[in-house]
Amino acid sequence: MTAVPFYQPAPRDPARSFQDMILTLHDFWSAEAGCVILQPYDMRMGAGTFHTATTLRALGPEPWNAAFVQPCRRPTDGRYGENPNRLQHYYQYQVILKPSPPNIQELYLKSLSAIGIDPLAHDIRFVEDDWESPTLGAWGLGWEVWCDGMEVTQFTYFQQMGGFDCKPVAGELTYGLERLAMYIQGVDNVYDLAFNSSGVTYGDVFLENERQMSKWNFEVADTDALFDLFAKAEAECRNALAAGVPIAAYEQAVEASHVFNLLQARGVISVQERASYMGRVRDLARSSCEAYAQKMTPEWEAKYPEWSLV
Amino acid sequence: MADFLLELRCEEIPARMQPKAKEDLARLFADALAKTGLAAGSIETFATPRRMALIAKDLPLATTAVAEETKGPKVGAPPQALEGFLRKVGLTAEQLVERGGVYFAVVEKPGRDTADVLAEAIPAIIRAFPWPKSMRWGEASLTTESLRWVRPLSGIIALLDGAVVPCAVDGIASGRTTMGHRFHHSGPVEIADAASYIETLRAAHVIVHFSERCRLIRDGAAKAAAEAGLTLVADEGLVTENAGLTEWPVPLLGRFDDTFLEVPPEVIQLTARVNQKYFVCEGADGKLANAFICTANIDAIDPAVVVNGNRKVLAARLSDARFFWEQDQKTPLAVHAEKLARITFHEKLGTVADKVERVAKLARWLVESDIVTPAKAGASGGSDPTPEVPASAGMTKEKLADMAEQAAQLCKADLVTEMVGEFPELQGLMGGYYAAKEGLPQEVSDAIRDHYKPVGQGDDVPTAPVTVAVSLADKLDTLTCFFAISERPTGSRDPFALRRAALSDLALTLTNNLRCTKLSVLKQVVANAPIFGPDSDSFAAFERIYGHSFDSGLTSSEAEAEDKRRIAMIADEVIEFLIDRLKVQQREAGVRHDLIDAVFALGGEDDLVRLLARVRALQAFVTTEDGTNLLAGYKRAANILKKEGYQSPLPAGEGSGVGASALDGVNPDPQLLSHGEGAHDAIEQTGEEDPLAMVDDPDIGDIVAEQAHALSGLSYTPEAAEKALIDALDAAAPRAAQAVEAEQFADAMAALATLRAPIDRFFEEVTVNAEEAEKRQARLALLARFRDAVHRVADFSRIEG
Repeated sequence: MTAVPFYQPAPRDPARSFQDMILTLHDFWSAEAGCVILQPYDMRMGAGTFHTATTLRALGPEPWNAAFVQPCRRPTDGRYGENPNRLQHYYQYQVILKPSPPNIQELYLKSLSAIGIDPLAHDIRFVEDDWESPTLGAWGLGWEVWCDGMEVTQFTYFQQMGGFDCKPVAGELTYGLERLAMYIQGVDNVYDLAFNSSGVTYGDVFLENERQMSKWNFEVADTDALFDLFAKAEAECRNALAAGVPIAAYEQAVEASHVFNLLQARGVISVQERASYMGRVRDLARSSCEAYAQKMTPEWEAKYPEWSLV
Repeated sequence: MADFLLELRCEEIPARMQPKAKEDLARLFADALAKTGLAAGSIETFATPRRMALIAKDLPLATTAVAEETKGPKVGAPPQALEGFLRKVGLTAEQLVERGGVYFAVVEKPGRDTADVLAEAIPAIIRAFPWPKSMRWGEASLTTESLRWVRPLSGIIALLDGAVVPCAVDGIASGRTTMGHRFHHSGPVEIADAASYIETLRAAHVIVHFSERCRLIRDGAAKAAAEAGLTLVADEGLVTENAGLTEWPVPLLGRFDDTFLEVPPEVIQLTARVNQKYFVCEGADGKLANAFICTANIDAIDPAVVVNGNRKVLAARLSDARFFWEQDQKTPLAVHAEKLARITFHEKLGTVADKVERVAKLARWLVESDIVTPAKAGASGGSDPTPEVPASAGMTKEKLADMAEQAAQLCKADLVTEMVGEFPELQGLMGGYYAAKEGLPQEVSDAIRDHYKPVGQGDDVPTAPVTVAVSLADKLDTLTCFFAISERPTGSRDPFALRRAALSDLALTLTNNLRCTKLSVLKQVVANAPIFGPDSDSFAAFERIYGHSFDSGLTSSEAEAEDKRRIAMIADEVIEFLIDRLKVQQREAGVRHDLIDAVFALGGEDDLVRLLARVRALQAFVTTEDGTNLLAGYKRAANILKKEGYQSPLPAGEGSGVGASALDGVNPDPQLLSHGEGAHDAIEQTGEEDPLAMVDDPDIGDIVAEQAHALSGLSYTPEAAEKALIDALDAAAPRAAQAVEAEQFADAMAALATLRAPIDRFFEEVTVNAEEAEKRQARLALLARFRDAVHRVADFSRIEG
C-alpha cells in the first residue's frame, strides 16, 4: 500500500497570482480578526455592501466579523472587453468588523503588506471620502485609501444603515481587487493579470464574458421583460414584507436594484423616470432593512439590555 | 508661569478641515481659560493628518482668589426671607456680613491650580469641538451617547510644565505618549514637555507645523520643477491640501505621455488637481508641460516607484478626459443643445432650452435696439467715451445680431457634454473649445466661452460685442425671471445667485458704456419671460401678449393694461434691486449711496451710465464749500416751503401724463393729475404731505418752473438780495437744465454753484415771512423756484449731511 503523502500546500504568491492574493486576504482576516470567510452572495448586485453580511449584519448590537469576495455587476461600466480598466463585472473584497476595533487601520495596513505592498516603497494615504447610499438609507465617514495616488480601498465607519443609527459602529473595508492586483503585478491591462500561478490570465477567464455581457447589457436585453422583472421583484418584496420574512424581501430589493441598473444600461429610462425608479428601489431596500431590524429587535434587546433600536 | 502642551491624536483628519480646526482649538482653549480668569502669554496650534496640538506659554500656575458677594435681605426682614437666602447661599446667619442695613453673603473662592482647571477644560473642549462632520466608533458606540470626533480619537497628551494633567474622555486617558510617522517610525513616542514636542516629533518623521509643511511643499515643488527646466504653476490651495494629507511631505516630479497635451490645458490641470491633487508645470514657452508633481508622505525607498504609480493613475484619468474630449466633438454643439430640453432650469421657468431660447431672442434684441453695438462694446466707461477699436470693428449690426443669437443658442450646450458632466467648473470654457473646433466664428466661440463672465468682483468683464450681448442677456433673463416668480434674495439667502447676476449686469453695462434706459430694457425682458406660465392664472395674459385670443372675461384693453401693469411692476422691482446693488458695488469706489439715491429719485434717471456720471459730478460738487452751503440753503428753503404749506400754482390742463410714476404710460392713480381740472384740486386729492413731491418729476418741474417764472412779475420793488437771487436763477436754471440735457454734469454743478452766494445773501437779508401777503407769496415762489432749479440736477433732499 502506498501511503498517502502528507499534503503540504504551496506557499501563496499574492504578487503574481490574482487568486493567491484573494486567498492571502482570506488567511489574513481569518487569522487576524477572527472573520468568518463567506462565499459571494448568490445574486447579481452592484457592490459588496449589498451582501446581507454587510447591510443586515451592520444592524443590531451583536459583534460580527466577516470577509468575502463579492462579484459586482455594473452594466453601464461595460466596455466590450476593450477598455483596460473598466468592466461590467469585477470583484470586491469586503471586510466588515463590528464593532470597529481600535486597531482597524493597523490591521488594514498589515493586510496590504501581506499581499506585497511595502509602505516604505509605496505612498499610502488616507484621503477623506465619506460614503452615502440613499438606497440603503446608509452613510458613514472614512477615506479612500490611496496607494501611489491610486484608490485601492474604500474605508468606512458606518454611522447609519437602513435609516437606523449603527449601535455599535461597524468598520467596512472594500478592496478593489483587480486594480490592486494590476498594481501589485505591474500590468496595465486587467486582462493581462495572472489569475493563478499556472499561466491562466484574467482575460482567459473573463474577456469573452465581458464582450458578450456588454452586448447583452447595452443592446440585447429585452426591455419589456426587464420592466416586467422590476415590477415582479417589487411586488414580491412587498409580498415577503407582508409575510414577515424581511431577508427574502431584501433579496427582492437587491434584484430590483440590479434590474433597474440594466434598464439604465439599455437607455430606456428617462431622466424624470430615473428619479422615480430610484425612489422605488430605495423604498424597497429601506423597508426591508427596517422590517429586519424590527423583527430582530426583541432578540437583540434580550441579549443586550442596554441596547435599543432607536 | 508654566507651559502647557495638548495633543489630540486621531485617525486621519480630512485635509480641508485642519486649518479651521486649528483656529477652533485656540479659541475654545482661550475661552475655557478666560472663564476662570486665566490667560496664556501665547497660544500656538498645530495640525497634521493625525493630530491637533496646542502649546500655551506663560500660564499662571493658579487662578487668582476671588471673593464673591451676594446681596441678601435687609436687616429686620421677615425671618422667612432670611432663611430662604441662607438656603440659597448655603451659609449660616453668623457667616453673613452686614453693611448699610443689608445682609451680604461673602464667599471666598481660593485660587485653583491651573492643572485642575485644565483637567476639567480638556474634556469639555473635546466634547464641544465644532467639527463640520463627526462620527462615533468602536465598542462605546453601542449607544449614541458615545463621544463624537472627526475620526476615531486615539490619544490625549496633556502636559503642564512636563507633568501629565490627568483627565479622560470616554475612556481615553491623558498621558505623554504619542505616535510618530505612520511608516517611518514604529512604536510609541514619549514627549517630555511642551518645549521638546516639535523636535521630538520631527525625530519621529512628523513635521508638526502646518506652515512648515506648506513651505516644504511649495519650495520642494518649485525646486523639482526648476530641476526639470520647468516652472511650477503655483497653487496655494493645493499646497494647503497636500500639507493636510502629509506629516512628512516629499514633492516628486513625474512626466506623462505628451500626446495628452492635445486635450485643453485647463482639462489636464483640473484632472491633475481635483482628482489627484497634483501640481502642473509650464515650459519656457509658457505652455503646459507634460509634467506633474505629486506630494508623497514618505521618503520612498525608490521615489521612481512612487512616481511611476502616480503616472499610471494620471494616465488613466487623462485617457478618460481625452475620451470625453473626442467623444464630445463627434456631436455638434447644436445637437448637444437639443438635450437641454430635458433639463429643468426651474420648475416654474421651464427647461434650460427654454431659457436658451429667451436669451437668444434677447441677445438679438439688445443688438437690434442699439444697446450693444460694434462701436460701443470695447469702449471704456466714463463721460467721454473714446471707443477702442474692437476686434469686430466694422461688423454690421445685422451680422452682430446674428452672431449674438447664434452664440446664445449654443452657449449652454456644453452642459450636456461628457466633459462638463465630469468637470462642471469647465462650463463655458468647453463650449468655447468645441465651438472653435467646429469652425464657428471666433466671436461666437469666444462668446460661448466667456458668457458666464464676470463671475464676481474682480473677474474680467467681457468687452467683445457678441460676448457682451449674450452675457448681458443671460443675466437679465435670470434676474427678471426669478423676480417674476417672486424668488428674490432675502437676507443671506440667495439660492439663484441673483445678487451676483445683478453685479455682472452692472459691470457689463458700466464697463461697456451701454446706453439704455434700464427700465425699458427690463420691460422687454419681462415681456419675454415665462412668468405667465401655463400653470399660472395669468396664462391668459400670456396669450394676450402674444396676440392669441383666449377667453379671459376681461376686455382686451383692460387685459392689456393689466399685463402692462404687471410687467412694469416686476421691472420696477428689478431696477430697484439693481440700484441697491449699484450702491454696494460703488461703495468700494467711494461713491456715496445717498447721492445715488438723490439722482435716482428724480424718477426719469435709469440710464445707469448717465446716472453714475451724474452722481460722480454731484459728489465732486457737494464736497466743495459751495456745494455744502448750497445744500444747507436748499434744506432751509425746503423747510420753509414745507412749513408754510406752499403750493406751487399750476396751470390747468397741463398735468396729463406726467405722474410721478416711473411706469411708462401706466399711471397708478389716474386722479393724480386729471384733465380739465384745476391742478390745485388734483394735487390736494393725493393727500401728499408735500404737494410739491410731484415736482421730483423733471417733466413737471419744467411746468412748475415756467409757471413760477411767469408769476414773478412782481408788484413791488424787490430788495437787492431778492433781485440778485432772481437774476441768478434766471441765469443758472436754464444753464443747469441745458447742461443736464447735454450730459455735461460738471457744468450743471457749476451752474448750481452760482446760486450759492445769492441764496446765502437772500436768507441773510430778506424776510420771507413778510407782513404783506403779496411779498410773502412772491418770496415763497422764489424759494420754490430755487428748489426746483436744484432739483433739475438732483433730489437734494436725499443727500445726507
